[in-house]
Amino acid sequence: MYNPTTTIKKASGNGQRKEKSARIGFFLELKKNKILFLMIAPVLIYFVVFSYLPMVGVYFAFTRFNFNDGLFGSPFVGFKNFKFLFDTGTLLYLTKNTILYNIAFILLGNSLSITVAILLSRVANKTFKRLTQSFMFFPFFISYVIVNTFSYAMLNSGTGVFTRLLASVGIENFNAYSTPGIWKYIIVSVYLWKTLGYGTVIYLAAITGISDEYYEAAQVDGATIFQQVRYITIPLLVPTFIILLLLAIGGILRGQFELFYQLVGSNGQLFEATDILDTYVFRMLRVTFDLGIGAAAGLYQSLFGLVLILTVNYVIRKYQEDYALF
Amino acid sequence: MKPRSNRVRKTRDEILFNGIAFPFLAVLSLVCFLPFLLIITASLTNNNEVVREGFKLIPKSFSLDAYRYIFFVPGKLLRAYGSTLFVTAFGTVGGLVLISMAGYVLHRKDFRYRNKISFFIYFTTLFSGGIIPYYILMTSILGLRNSLFAVILAGLVTPFQIILMRNFMKNVPYELIEAAKIDGANDFRTFTDVVLHLQKPALATIGLFLALGYWNNWYSPMLFLNKAELYPLQYYLYTLLTSEQAIQEAGVAVEGLIFPGETLKMAMAVVATGPVLLVYPYVQKYFVRGITIGAVKG
Repeated sequence: MYNPTTTIKKASGNGQRKEKSARIGFFLELKKNKILFLMIAPVLIYFVVFSYLPMVGVYFAFTRFNFNDGLFGSPFVGFKNFKFLFDTGTLLYLTKNTILYNIAFILLGNSLSITVAILLSRVANKTFKRLTQSFMFFPFFISYVIVNTFSYAMLNSGTGVFTRLLASVGIENFNAYSTPGIWKYIIVSVYLWKTLGYGTVIYLAAITGISDEYYEAAQVDGATIFQQVRYITIPLLVPTFIILLLLAIGGILRGQFELFYQLVGSNGQLFEATDILDTYVFRMLRVTFDLGIGAAAGLYQSLFGLVLILTVNYVIRKYQEDYALF
Repeated sequence: MKPRSNRVRKTRDEILFNGIAFPFLAVLSLVCFLPFLLIITASLTNNNEVVREGFKLIPKSFSLDAYRYIFFVPGKLLRAYGSTLFVTAFGTVGGLVLISMAGYVLHRKDFRYRNKISFFIYFTTLFSGGIIPYYILMTSILGLRNSLFAVILAGLVTPFQIILMRNFMKNVPYELIEAAKIDGANDFRTFTDVVLHLQKPALATIGLFLALGYWNNWYSPMLFLNKAELYPLQYYLYTLLTSEQAIQEAGVAVEGLIFPGETLKMAMAVVATGPVLLVYPYVQKYFVRGITIGAVKG
């Protein structure tokens, strides 16, 4: 009869025989759990091919890649690509945009989600709660192309609702796509609109996890709803917020590519205000065909993010072990 | 959440709270819905009015021209739907098979490499080679340019879904698996018999996430597809919005119908999202459950 405990004990061995038994242990484990390995093999292969193999491709960041010379024949240029990105200030303004937008997304997004979740959790009418939540969740389900459609309907210079509105109060010839200043408001608003439902679900789930006893005790002591929220709900939501924050920080250099691309497209005049690392790398791939530069920007993005999340996680672990990711 | 009590009269702070909550939530809900309303009413407007006066939330005229056009010359639409359905169906099924197997294996406490493999998968969310090596891999090395397979593969598996599946499986008590093994079933049989029957909601949830992802995906088609016949719905809509040429090509002259350039884009958007809107009330709870369980993992 198969007994998992015995296998583990046998395979663990003790310190002296650890290495040898570890190797034997692997093959033993492989033989014993042949089918389990087979079952997870496809997923492993998938990640090796589609996630780990491309990692090798960061090599391109150090070449002047062109399609004639191909994968391995392109000239090696060391850090020239990075130097270019740095000297032209590209890296700087891309980083600035990406981080600033993400900070806005994280702070505003979470604040709004928490507020809405708190309101929803205590609102008096259940049907109202279900209905409004359904409405607020729906934007999550549509594609960014529809977002583009809507922004087209609002902002296009010929027939856009907003454009015509401005014309009717005397501002003729308004072209949203050559007015960089307004776009940060547009992008942040659209992001909030699209992700509100998702964040609310998470925080609602966290709120549901808070024991009723706290609230009942507080009520006995005469606390108002606002006091209950302030002293019970919000403090107990902090762990969730921190976890979401950590995850978000790890991706702080990674942008919402779909959001930015569908809203801004190829309108060059808006780039200074709205270009992020993702859209830049994408253009290097599809428009400029400068793959070396693009790979360099991409590597910068990934590396920066990795270092950042490891650092932040380390710092958090020193102060509050439970909050750390790993 | 809300403590049960026998109060009949609402206390002052509750009145204040709801006095804020109701309007705030109502306005938010309206704001969330307004964009769709605009797109829907715009698609039902007379195109000439749009050209003259711009899109309006409450248009003066009513016209089914845009829809008549789409369904009169349905070729492109049908092909787009075909691509989308193909990719969604195969991708969802394929993804579910892979993800559920992986989730099962990672759930088995007696599987020694469980944590190492979990980390192996999770690490891909921390560091990535970037889209350029990825693109080169798909097109030059694997030769998947212009293949719907590329689109399917691109969205097949994500770490989030694997972790989600593993969390769902935690509901299966280990004794059941042990009992099955005692009866002589091998691991795969235990997987199919015991686990799958208990995991219908889990499969539904993850399946829906996969399906939604595929349905809305325009990024992979944009990267990998050049042949217009292969374009799935969302990407096709995108080409209509951004390429004058695409809208001209859609504008094959039809007897008796003036080409409704502007409203056609709106109608196309409605048609592309329509199915999602239709099933939304039924599937919403699955997504809520999925996100909840996924987030609880932390």
